Order: sequence, then structure tokens, then C-alpha cells
Amino acid sequence: MKQQQGMSLIVKRITKITVSLIFLFGMYIVLHGHLTPGGGFAGGVIIALSFIHLVLAFGKEIALQRLRESFFSAIESFGGLMFLGIALLGLSGGYFFLNVLPKGVPFTLFSSGIIVLCNIAIFLKVSAGLFSIFIALAIIRMPMDDAKEQSR
Amino acid sequence: MIELHVLLGLMIIGAIVAMEIEDLLSSVIALGAVGFGLTLAFLLLRAPDLAITQLVVEILSLIILIRATVGVKLPREKIRSRIGYFIFAVIFVALFLSFSVKAIAQLPLFGDSLMRIGSQYVAEAKIKTAAANIVSAIILDFRGYDTLGEATVLFTAVIGVLAVLRKSRKQA
Amino acid sequence: MSLYILCTVLFAVGLYCLLVKKNLVKKIIGLGIMEYAINLFFILTGYRTAAEAPILDRELAITNFVDPLPQALILTSIVIGLAVTALMVAIAVRLYEKYRTFDINEIRRLRG
Repeated sequence: MKQQQGMSLIVKRITKITVSLIFLFGMYIVLHGHLTPGGGFAGGVIIALSFIHLVLAFGKEIALQRLRESFFSAIESFGGLMFLGIALLGLSGGYFFLNVLPKGVPFTLFSSGIIVLCNIAIFLKVSAGLFSIFIALAIIRMPMDDAKEQSR
Repeated sequence: MIELHVLLGLMIIGAIVAMEIEDLLSSVIALGAVGFGLTLAFLLLRAPDLAITQLVVEILSLIILIRATVGVKLPREKIRSRIGYFIFAVIFVALFLSFSVKAIAQLPLFGDSLMRIGSQYVAEAKIKTAAANIVSAIILDFRGYDTLGEATVLFTAVIGVLAVLRKSRKQA
Repeated sequence: MSLYILCTVLFAVGLYCLLVKKNLVKKIIGLGIMEYAINLFFILTGYRTAAEAPILDRELAITNFVDPLPQALILTSIVIGLAVTALMVAIAVRLYEKYRTFDINEIRRLRG
């Protein structure tokens, strides 16, 4: 039953190259959410997928020594609080969710006030939440694994 | 929109395959085919934001479902479904379909949306938010409350998964 | 019009799967199909013929957009659907661990 950790050497090699590229693409999707299609939700799922890619290729024992579940739970809570804090910031100018920051020039990266910050907050929340779901499903001793061991 | 009809027909076939096939892994993969068909339909309906999100969400949900079903052996004996139950389900679905056809007749025709609220957002997005992506402007600026509520639901679901799965780790 | 009806048929397939199948994973799949049909229905109602995707352009002054409001509503709904699917899978895995089966009749019988 006990095989070598993770997948073969080829997969591990390629994963080391592609994970950073997937992560970079996710960050691009998040930060350009107010200019092009995408945004915090899609980019958050892409970044969660890049971490999941790592876990699948290297095996959960090796990967989860570095990536702690409690750390991701904390990140998720931080993302939610950041989103709420941005919304509360609007109260300083009048009402909840007011776009208080300077709008800037349209069609440039640093424009549209709180939307960029909100995208970052949602990205933190979605990516950390989905990845902690995946970790919880991965490290649970699945009954199917036990059944396989018993049948042996 | 003949291509959309073909795509929806393929999605219905994929859904029926996912429903009727014996093997759970094949069933999950057929569900993935339906989801990717939905991605293409979003692209044809001019919704690129949704297409990107649906694509990546479909990959992740396939990973989660496969994690739950791989290695599961279904018992060989047939699951006897009672005939009365089957007839009840068919009648219920037929009633649902007939009523929804009546309801759909009241909607505006396809390709002819009224856009009573949407036109306001389209007109004001550039001045009020300076964002080029109008969908992004709506979910994060005009309708921020919705997104806040969504974030709460997501948080609750994540906490629920962690709480349901945590118990056995202490027992083990 | 016919697209709306096809979309409803897709929903009905999911509903039938949810009602008739006894396997928990099949029930989760049925709920997923229903969710796809609802998402598609919203976007179908917001479509306008020969209109563009709701993204402003730097040079061209486009005014003819599809309705962005259903797209904004469904964008959040898709991610919620994923989280809810994960929650259902977690509960199904728990039940499998306890009763060693996904069949709900069997689960009910074992529970006594």
C-alpha cells in the first residue's frame, strides 16, 4: 500500500516550473479585475488550484508540512475582515460601501478606488477558504483507503 | 443561435448520462462535461467573467467529487426503487415542466431583455467608479451588500466543512 | 423561447435525478445539474441580440451591452455552489465512513 510520496520525477519537475506560472496568472486575473474579465472570485480559485497542484504532485505528507491548515483559516478570516473594513471605511464619507478613495484615470491599473482593494480581499478569502476545504478533504482518513487496506 | 441549441442539447445528454450510468467515477466525469458545456454557453452569451469563473470552479469541483468517489465499490445487487415512487417522480417532473412552459410564455422573448436596472448601471459605471469592467463595478461597488452576504455564506460553508471533517481526526 | 424550454428540461433532468436516485453521490450530481440550469437561465434572460460583453473599451464608445446585472448575481452564485458542493461531499464522506455505503435506503435500515 505504501508507495513513494507523490507522483513521478517528471511530474514533480514540471510542477516546480508551472506552479509559479499559474500563481502569476492568478495574480494577473485578480489585479486586472476592474479592467478585464476576471476578478477576485476567478483569480482566487486559480490560486487555490495552484496550491492544490502542488499538493497533488508532491503527495500530501510532504506538501502539508509546509502548508498548515490553520494558517489558511487565518488568511481567510483576514480576507473577510478586510472586506468588511473597506466597507466600513465608506462610513467616513457618508454611507456603507461608499467609494471614498480617489478614482484615478479610467483604463489604468491604479484606478476605480476601492474595487482593487475589494478584489484583493475577496481573492484572499476565496483562495484560502477553498484550499482549506481541500486540505480537510485530503488529510481525512478516507473510509475507502481503509477498505482497501482491509481487503488486502 | 443554432449553436446554443446544439450545446444545450449536448448538455442535456451529458446530464442524462451522468444520471443513469452505473459507475460513480464516470458519472462525475459526465457532470464535468456538462459544466464545460456551460462554460462555452457563457462565452456565446457574452459573459466572459462567468466563463473564466465557471471553468476554474468546474475543475476544482471535479477534484473534490473525485476525491469522494474514487475507490468506492457499489454493491452489485440492484437497488430496488419502488414503482410507485418512480411514478410519483415522473408526475411531479411533468407538472413542473408544464407549469414552467406556461410561466416562460410570460417572459420577454430571448435576445430582447428589458434591462430596466442594468441600463442605469451601464450608463453610470464609468463616471461613478472609473472601472472598465461593468460586472466588477456592480459586484464590488453598486451592489457591495450582495457580495458581503456571499462572503458570509462562503465563510459558513468553509466552517461547516471543517467542522464536519474535524471530528474523526481526534478519534483516530 | 425554445432555449428557455431546453434550459428548463435540463433543470427537470436534475430534479428527476434528485428525486429518484438512491445514491448520495447521484443526488449531489443532480443538485449540481439543477444549479447549472439556474445559472444558465439567468444569463439567458439577460442576453440581447447583437450586443457586446459588458466591458468598456478605451477607444470605441460602445453603448449596446448585454445586461450586466444577472452576470453580477450569478458570478457570486457559482462560487457559493462550489462551497456548498464541498459541504455536501464532506457530509456524504462522513456517512460513508459510518455506514460503509452511499445508499440512503441502506443507511436508514442500518440506523434502525
